[in-house]
Parts: sequence; C-alpha cells; structure tokens
Amino acid sequence: MQIYLPIAEMSVDVFVVLGLGGAIGFLSGLFGAGGGFLLTPMLIFLGVPPPVAVASVANELIAASVSGMIAHWRRRTVDFKMGAFLLAGGLLGSSLGVWLFGVLKGIGQIDFAISVCYVLFLGSIGLLMLVESARAILRRRGHRSDGARQRYPDWVRRLPLKVRFHKSRLYVSAFLPLAVGLLVGVLAAIMGVGGGFILVPAMIYLIGMPTTVVAGTSLFQIIFVSANVTLLQSISLQTVDIVLAVLLLAGGVVGAQYGARYSARLPGEQMRIVLAVLVLGVCTKLFFDLVATPADVYSISVEEGLP
Amino acid sequence: MRRAGACVAMLGALACLGVGSLSLPSARAEPLLVDLSDHLVKITAGFVGTDVLVFGAISGPGDIVVVVKGPAKDLIVRKKSRVAGMWLNRDSLTFVRAPTFYSVAATRPLAEFVPLALLQRQGIGVEHLRLEERGAATEGEVAEFRLGLVRNKQGEGLYAREVAKIAVLAGGLFRADLSFPANVPTGAYTVEVYLIRDGDVASAQTTPLVVSNVGVGADVHFFAHGHAALYGVFAVLLALLAGWAASAAFRRG
Repeated sequence: MQIYLPIAEMSVDVFVVLGLGGAIGFLSGLFGAGGGFLLTPMLIFLGVPPPVAVASVANELIAASVSGMIAHWRRRTVDFKMGAFLLAGGLLGSSLGVWLFGVLKGIGQIDFAISVCYVLFLGSIGLLMLVESARAILRRRGHRSDGARQRYPDWVRRLPLKVRFHKSRLYVSAFLPLAVGLLVGVLAAIMGVGGGFILVPAMIYLIGMPTTVVAGTSLFQIIFVSANVTLLQSISLQTVDIVLAVLLLAGGVVGAQYGARYSARLPGEQMRIVLAVLVLGVCTKLFFDLVATPADVYSISVEEGLP
Repeated sequence: MRRAGACVAMLGALACLGVGSLSLPSARAEPLLVDLSDHLVKITAGFVGTDVLVFGAISGPGDIVVVVKGPAKDLIVRKKSRVAGMWLNRDSLTFVRAPTFYSVAATRPLAEFVPLALLQRQGIGVEHLRLEERGAATEGEVAEFRLGLVRNKQGEGLYAREVAKIAVLAGGLFRADLSFPANVPTGAYTVEVYLIRDGDVASAQTTPLVVSNVGVGADVHFFAHGHAALYGVFAVLLALLAGWAASAAFRRG
C-alpha cells in the first residue's frame, strides 16, 4: 500500500516504513541509541530527500524516546540529575552545531563533513566497544561491571564544582557531563541525529555510568535534543514531514517498548557487542561510499531562496 | 476505467471544440486544436503517478510534437573529484531557471521530420533543452555539467529518456498519454504543442497544467509552509503524546 508524503513529495510503501520504524524503535529501546544513525541513512536509501529524512527522523525520535524513557523510568533506571547536566551541555552544543552546519553547507561540503564525522566516530566508538566488551566477556569475572568504580584521570578529579549523582553512584565535577553533552550536541547537529550512539558510549567510557542507567538517561536527553531539532528544522527549512514521522513513530513507539523490556534481560556486555557490530557495519558502508568511485560524479540540488 | 473516462472526455471536448461538427466549418480551418483531459494533476494520499491525456486535431498534413515542462528552478550541479583518496564536491555550476520536469512526445521519431536547427531553436528534446548557466566555465565544462544534470534528472525519472508516442487517428485527430511519476514536482507546468509541416512550425499552442497537492496532503503542506513555527510545535506535541500513549497502552497490556 502506497502513501504520498506531502513534504518529501514522493510516495512510499506504508508497511516498509512501519516495519523500519518498529525495528529501529526496538533497537532504541534496547540501547538507548540506534535511532537516527540507522534510520536516516535507510530513509535516504528509500529515496527520501536527506534534509526531509533528517528532520522527520528527529520528530520520530521524540516519540520513541518518550516511550522508551517512560519504560525505563518505571524500572527506576533514569538518572535525571545526570540527564539535566548532559542536556544543558547538549542544547548549547547543538546550537553551535547548527551554526557550523550552516557554514559547511555554504561552502558545499556538508555531505562530505557528515560522512567523515560518521566514519570517524562510528569507527572509533565501534572498535572501542567491541574490544572492551569482548575483553569483559573473556575475563568472565563473575561480577557485573556496574559496581565498578570509575577511575578518572587526575585532571578530571581536580575539576571544581563536584556533584553527587546517586543513581549513577558517581561523585564528579559537573563540568564532565556538561562537556560530554556539549561535544555530543555539536556532533548530533552536524550529523542530524539525536546523538544517542555517541552519547551512550561516552556515558559508559568517559563518565563511567553503570550500564543499567545509561539507556534511560540517554533517552531522557534525546527527547529534548530531538524536540529542539524538530522545531528548528520546521521553522527554518520546513522539512519535517509529519506523515512520514507518524508512520515511523507508529512502528517506533511499539518497538521501543519491546526493546526496553528486552534490555533488562540481556547481559550488558552482549548488548554492547551487538551495538558495536551495528555501528561498525554502518561505518564500513559509509567509508566505502567515501572512497569508492561514485556511479555519477555529478549530482544536482535545487538552489535555495527561490519560490 | 480512467482510460475510458478520458476517451469520453476527449470526444466530448472535441465536439465542443467543433471538430467533426459540420455545423461549424470555420473551426475546422484552425490548423491546430489541443486540449488536456485534465488541467490539474491532483496529488492525493494514494498518489503513485498518473497519465494526462493530450488530444486534439489538425487540419491538413503535418506532424505533432508535445513538450511538457515543469516549474523552473535554479539547479546546482556539483562535480565530485578525488582528494586524498576520498570523493568530495569540488566544482559546481548553476543552471538558471531550468525545468524541474521535461518530457517530449511526437508522432514520429523527431529526426525524420524536424530539422536540427528547429530542434535547437525551440529547445525540443533533452539534448537541445535550452539551459542558461550562471558563473564562468568553458564550453566543454558547461557541456559536461549539462550532461550531468540531464543524467541525474533522468535517473529520478523527471526528464524523459525517450520520446513518447503520439497516436494519429483518422480525420486528423491525435492523442498521447503524458505520464507523470509519483515524485513529480508540484507547481505550474506548460504543455507546448507544435504542428510541424515541411520542416517548420506551422502552428503552436501552449496549454497550462497544474500539479498540486490536494486533500490532507495539501493541508499539511500549507500548514508546514504557512505556519512553520506552529507546525513545529504541533509536530513535537504529537510525538510526545504518541510516545506517552504507547507506554500507557503497554503498561495496561
């Protein structure tokens, strides 16, 4: 069954989009990440114009994140305090990122910048996670890594404004989550995603949060970041396709519920390996696109600013 | 069903035009009479592309060429080059007011009855499409970028690869189906119809055609462009509500 998307100005198969939303929603509930960075490329592959894909996915991510976050909240696996600090950094960072996006677009290199960002970050994060979780599984130490105390480098420990995060069992300077949020915000705006796939590993490896609270806290932050992106995109570019977003979120919210339920049963290390493999898969594909000879070296786009 | 309806419309319209009606012999003297089965292509929720019937009559000998042009936009063509092993956009050229859609139909292969000079003068056929570039570039570069534009547009299905067939019926009647794909750009189109006789344009007529969103799709489009901020707020609230509703439903379930 085909349906016409009024903003994308094309028609798509309803069930393909519903299924895509459901599958990605499941992953997002499972990991607290894995929404935008998989969904956006897949929509572009279906022929949706990239700006519309980015903006509509941001809209869909709000719903999937709310659905997943509430499920985590009921199980008390959301660190709201940590989320608030990350968010403050994230909002500032995404504003910076939007500005940078404009500059890069002006010189015609935004596509290249997006691809390079994806390859660099997906590649390093994926490898890091894969090595880390493989090592953890091989060691089989019998106790979960959740209780392990994060050992920060000296300069981090010396940072002022220390805050106690009860849920995450951490006592650390507020500058750490603020800086992580800022960095993720910039990248999220440039790459046009919620940022969960960068945020989740950053929370685990940089901040040292327990795996159990990472997904819920990440989802909490993504709700606000993607709401911000949806608003900005609607106002400045009119690229949010509400029909596409509704189709995606219909599948996405259901998928996210199942994903969040499943995440309680899956061991942390195995979850991370699956996410790492996914991340590396997307990375390899994008790297290949960057270096392989394109089918056509010429591409076209409509010049903005014309009626 | 649609085809049958279109045929009835065609006969009815032809009767109105005076073709075949002996009581109005003066109308028969018009060298070229043309109309479309529909002047509005409606893009509804289930739109998967459509055909519009162009039909008419000619008096005397000659061949027909129909050129369909979509709304003009400034199109940027970018060329990728290899830099340090990676492909990135380097050069670009803008074609000013290039048609976003282009297709041609004819009674016979164009080369058989239209001289090259005429094709070039009228801009008939993608290879003769009149495009004006902005910015400095050599003739060779312009030709390359032009080919790039046409190739990309053909890939999207928005520039026709082949000249469509116009069927000639008895008594100087002709008809052709103009096809529009699902991704057809919205806006004001022109359908130019030429009567070619002895290698020159004996008569020509331009008919407007509008491609537009209708129904819910049109409302959404209007809302998004007319009240952008409100639309954004609405989109955010809708998503928040949907996410909350789903988790509430699952809690009970």
